[in-house]
Amino acid sequence: MELYQKTAGELSALLASKEISAVELAQDVLARTDAVEARVQGYVTVTKDAALAQAKAVDNQRAAGEPLPPLAGVPVAVKDNICTKGILTTCASKMLYNFVPPYNATVADKLAANGLVITGKANMDEFAMGSSCENSAMHPTHNPHGLDHVPGGSSGGSAAVVAAGEAPISLGSDTGGSIRQPASFCGVVGLKPTYGAVSRFGLVAFASSLDQIGPFGRSVEDVALLSDVIIGQDKMDSTSCAAPFGSLHAGLNPDVKGLKIGLPKEYFGAGISEEVRAGVLAAAETYRALGAEVFEISLPLVEYALPIYYILSSAEASSNLARFDGVKYGFRAQGIEDITELYVQSRSQGFGSEVQRRIMLGTYVLSSGYYDAYYKKARAAQRRIKAEFNGAFQKCDVILTPVAPTTAYKIGEKSTDPLEMYAGDVCTVSVNIAGLPAMVQPCGFDAHKMPIGMQLIGPRFGEQRLLNAGLAFEQASGLKNIIAAL
Amino acid sequence: MKYEAVIGLEVHAELSTESKIFCSCSAKFGAGINTHTCPVCTGMPGSLPVLNRQVVHYAAKMGLATGCTVNRLCKSDRKNYFYPDLPKAYQISQFDVPICENGEVYFYVDGEKKCCRLERIHFEEDAGKLLHDEIDGTVVDFNRCGVPLIEMVTRPDLHSSAEAKEFLETIKTTLSYLDICDCKMEEGSIRCDVNVSIRPEGSTELGTRVEMKNINTFSGAVRAIDFEVARQIDVVEHGGTIQQETRRWDDVKLKNTVMRTKEDAQDYRYFPDPDLIAVEIDDAWMDKIRSEIPELPVARYERYRNEFGMTAMEARQLSDSFAKAELLDAAARSGKVKPKAAANWILSDISKYLNDKAVELEDTKLTADKLIDLIVLIDKGTISGAAGKKVLPAMFETDETVEAIVGRMGLKQVSDEGAILKIVQDVLADNQKAIDDYKAGKNVTGFLVGQCMKASKGQGNPQMINKLLAQELVKLG
Repeated sequence: MELYQKTAGELSALLASKEISAVELAQDVLARTDAVEARVQGYVTVTKDAALAQAKAVDNQRAAGEPLPPLAGVPVAVKDNICTKGILTTCASKMLYNFVPPYNATVADKLAANGLVITGKANMDEFAMGSSCENSAMHPTHNPHGLDHVPGGSSGGSAAVVAAGEAPISLGSDTGGSIRQPASFCGVVGLKPTYGAVSRFGLVAFASSLDQIGPFGRSVEDVALLSDVIIGQDKMDSTSCAAPFGSLHAGLNPDVKGLKIGLPKEYFGAGISEEVRAGVLAAAETYRALGAEVFEISLPLVEYALPIYYILSSAEASSNLARFDGVKYGFRAQGIEDITELYVQSRSQGFGSEVQRRIMLGTYVLSSGYYDAYYKKARAAQRRIKAEFNGAFQKCDVILTPVAPTTAYKIGEKSTDPLEMYAGDVCTVSVNIAGLPAMVQPCGFDAHKMPIGMQLIGPRFGEQRLLNAGLAFEQASGLKNIIAAL
Repeated sequence: MKYEAVIGLEVHAELSTESKIFCSCSAKFGAGINTHTCPVCTGMPGSLPVLNRQVVHYAAKMGLATGCTVNRLCKSDRKNYFYPDLPKAYQISQFDVPICENGEVYFYVDGEKKCCRLERIHFEEDAGKLLHDEIDGTVVDFNRCGVPLIEMVTRPDLHSSAEAKEFLETIKTTLSYLDICDCKMEEGSIRCDVNVSIRPEGSTELGTRVEMKNINTFSGAVRAIDFEVARQIDVVEHGGTIQQETRRWDDVKLKNTVMRTKEDAQDYRYFPDPDLIAVEIDDAWMDKIRSEIPELPVARYERYRNEFGMTAMEARQLSDSFAKAELLDAAARSGKVKPKAAANWILSDISKYLNDKAVELEDTKLTADKLIDLIVLIDKGTISGAAGKKVLPAMFETDETVEAIVGRMGLKQVSDEGAILKIVQDVLADNQKAIDDYKAGKNVTGFLVGQCMKASKGQGNPQMINKLLAQELVKLG
């Protein structure tokens, strides 16, 4: 078995026992990247030299006998909307085609402090707006399990490079499903933490009240390990808060006897493909066999989640993305004298069509005369949805649902109809609206050998519960560390 | 027809916090271009604001000092608009729930007490500055971005430029008493927008208002208001109607011009800033803020007039300066000196010294105890009033006691009757001509007192010299 095929947990042990060096590991992962990246195109930037230098530094520290954190020397890919000091951070947009941040996101600082080796910046839908990675201004990313399929989005690159063995773990961000849906499409594990668990400082904002950074891995253990690195309150982010738990990795326990698992009937209705439904229900049976109590619940307000999501996220995006005006950094339209024209041209030329669509939507719903009818009403509905989830968690410990209506579709299949694309987020957006944690992991394959994912939703700060339930299923199903053949 | 002006003000004051409102950059004025900046205040992608609690503290303090209701839960909102000096393309401000509401500001105009209601006080961040001069193009200086401001919005309760000026002066003095703004007008610490309308005298309806911007001084506000009131009257008198618009005041050309009309009013698309959580002012915090508010200028002014019997001018001059008022009140509270005596020293020699040296009272070594000692020494006759004036500079500049300064400078008054009598007798013995003149009926007292003072090296008690000299002259008959 090659090093690139191992999980972060396995690599951590090999590094700690000095059976392998971080440089060897980085070289192996980079060689895999060289071999497959032309087909997958999961990265915007591969930071080969910086990765090798960081690996060398970790090896030196280890040789000097310094105590090192568990993931020291383990490669990690970082979504290209997370600021990395001195490394191009484009958000897959022409608008930031040349933007090199002079500062690190808090999570990037944490990666560095834990000795992780950044392999590169992963491709995404522009400014995290999209569900297929086709909205990247750089290039689309291909699903490693079927290269003519999308990897999902917006963190499609982060999911694809992990599935392809180009990195054992990665970071993505999730505003309405942007970690979970690509994890599902690429057959990897992805966790969207509780809102506030991970600092957003340095994450280029899409929708501030919904955005959350989270980990990808090919095993539940790996996701727990990387979660331990990034979770924590940050004084630079006032919306972050202290998690009421210690090491999630140390707390892993695959016992689900008596665990109450709710299956919300609204998530299994029309619009969900038969294969996806069957895959998730089979997983429910596995849990039952493991001793969990599985029963149907109802979350009737979920049908409003999609419009609420698109109102709130677009409203915030229209304001968050206003700073990209051609004045200070990034793309500036050329040959213009007038300031208003500079704004108009820089933004019209710099943003792709999906981003422009969301900015217009958001500007509209915040406009005088429409604010009360849209934004204010959506905020009120958001409170109702939160309450509904709170009620559900009085009855069950975790909620099990599909992740997306279908498995990964073909590139170009849905990209012409934005509404059809938005409808694909139906299973994931309510989690962001309610600020809850949710984890996705593979639970099977469809007839075309494309992965099917399942989603476990927990109450606020229920990460340990999700990881434990996920670990139980992973052990029972053997669906772990799936690397696309390529 | 006679018209009444109706005026409302929007006053912006920069708060004198150490750091900016949403980042740890220095909020100080006058640094090199773009040196007080960081990813947060320049709106770099991914940066996040964190509210400086001192801003909440200062804003609430101003609210309590002006009788406002303070909203305990402070939320922030985004005001969206594009301008190169606004790097995020939105200003973080407060929209529907300002930190303070419904206050009242009292002030005197020509001896008459007036009230102007405050609709609200909210906090917000300042924008940067565009520098067009001396270079090819425009430079954006982001140093001022994120400097904390409070905006105080009045009700339309003012009716003349004189009232507006006194209101503004009172706001300034209050800010200075509260020590929350350095009130340096030349650095733009306090700025105001003016809303003006007119109506026939006696009417209670509000006319169409015009907003004026770019007013940088209080005297500029007076000129701008006078111009605008006259302009509106002129328009109406000539059969025209006032348009709701925003006009830019030009304090050099002394006129205003249209900036934008009602039609191009911007939609700022206010919404709650999702990057900031509401900050709550709990009881302990509120008590602390309340405890920091001293007796305010107008209250002191009234006390000085009513209790100390001062003239309006004296009371105003003393109450205008927190440091001077505190000095006076400490001296008065001691019970050792008459308030009037302390006030005289503060208004004359102390103020003159501070003016001449261009220093602030609080930056000198003068204390209330020293002032009390000085006045007591004069009252007791230990030193003369003239000697007191000589002692004063050292009281500002050294840590010595007043007694020590008097001793060092040899200013102690001689009040020993025998010693003074000896001096008087010696002077008379040496000035036969004066005695002759005296006998001839001329007034020589002034000359002889002067000679005695000279002989005593200025230390003779003048009252005693006068008394003994009179006795001796009578003897010479």
